[in-house]
Amino acid sequence: MTKSVAMNDTKKPAPLPPSIAGLAAGETGIKLTEQQLRARRARSIAIAVSLGLLVVLFYIVTLVKGPGVMDRPL
Amino acid sequence: MSVTLAQAERRVEPSIAGVGDYIELMKPRVMSLVVFTALVGLVVAPGHIHPVIGFTALICIAVGAGAAGALNMWYDADIDARMARTAGRPIPVGRLQPGDALAFGLTLAGFSVVVLGLLVNVVAAALLAGTIGFYVLVYTMWLKRRTPQNIVIGGAAGALPPMIGWAAATGGVSLEPVVLFLLIFFWTPPHFWALSLYRTEDYARAGIPMLPVVAGAEETRRQILLYTLLLAPLGLTPWLLGYAGLSYGIVALATGAIMIVMACRVRGERQGHRASKQMFAFSILYLFLLFAMLLVDKMASWAA
Repeated sequence: MTKSVAMNDTKKPAPLPPSIAGLAAGETGIKLTEQQLRARRARSIAIAVSLGLLVVLFYIVTLVKGPGVMDRPL
Repeated sequence: MSVTLAQAERRVEPSIAGVGDYIELMKPRVMSLVVFTALVGLVVAPGHIHPVIGFTALICIAVGAGAAGALNMWYDADIDARMARTAGRPIPVGRLQPGDALAFGLTLAGFSVVVLGLLVNVVAAALLAGTIGFYVLVYTMWLKRRTPQNIVIGGAAGALPPMIGWAAATGGVSLEPVVLFLLIFFWTPPHFWALSLYRTEDYARAGIPMLPVVAGAEETRRQILLYTLLLAPLGLTPWLLGYAGLSYGIVALATGAIMIVMACRVRGERQGHRASKQMFAFSILYLFLLFAMLLVDKMASWAA
């Protein structure tokens, strides 16, 4: 049987992690902590930089190969 | 309104993993050795490769090695947590979820192989895909937890990068990169067994059947000596086959002799692990020197 965690529960359940505690209070979605927001922003910047470098790499290799870029013998 | 505890527990905390955790997942130290040996394979290969294409190949090989490292850490998170050497990795300490590591590893593996195939050549891409697959499927998932020959057979994955570098430069594979492959392949067992001699308890606790755990220290010392006796003459092969100069031959002869002396000292060691630790450290220098000399030789021939 599933145990219910309600705000007015008299049995004092184990505290929920900060990011989902809001759900018990009736909020929808989750609220990220400062640390989680910072980490997500750093990861997003890293992904953006990586994709940018990949685009630059393809551009430079296309210039280097010239018309031969389409020459792809197997 | 209420939330059931089961629902709450199913929900994974949003990640606090930083960029550094993902870099750690790629095993940067292993990656640096992979890039170095691949660079040597690429440079000593005959013919000419445009520096940009060569750089692209090395980036792809580095990212592919990182992908293999990430997938290894995803699969081995349970045993990593039980070993002192690996307990501080991002997954065992809880900074990174295993699923995130899996997605990261698969994404990098896919990108590295496809980009290498599109921008360099398909032979190098196929070899890189085979290396990642061998390391993850054959070594990590199959051999590592089942047989003391895990690092002997699994060592093939670590030995392939110079061959990938060679293939990137030439579009094919010949005898010379096979010799470089064999050099790393026969170097791996004495290198890792020297380490496992003084980490036996760690491996035993994690349930990994490394040779000292399964066959004992005495047998491991004997096998280290046997593999070193095979490795030292093999180190001379690039010089004997004529694609490395006399300076390489002298370094290979001298360092090979030191490796044999060290293996003999490990064989005779009865108390402590001083000789094993020295051999582990020197084996890294040995491989680095051999590959560095191949690089120096090639550069000297350019200058001439």
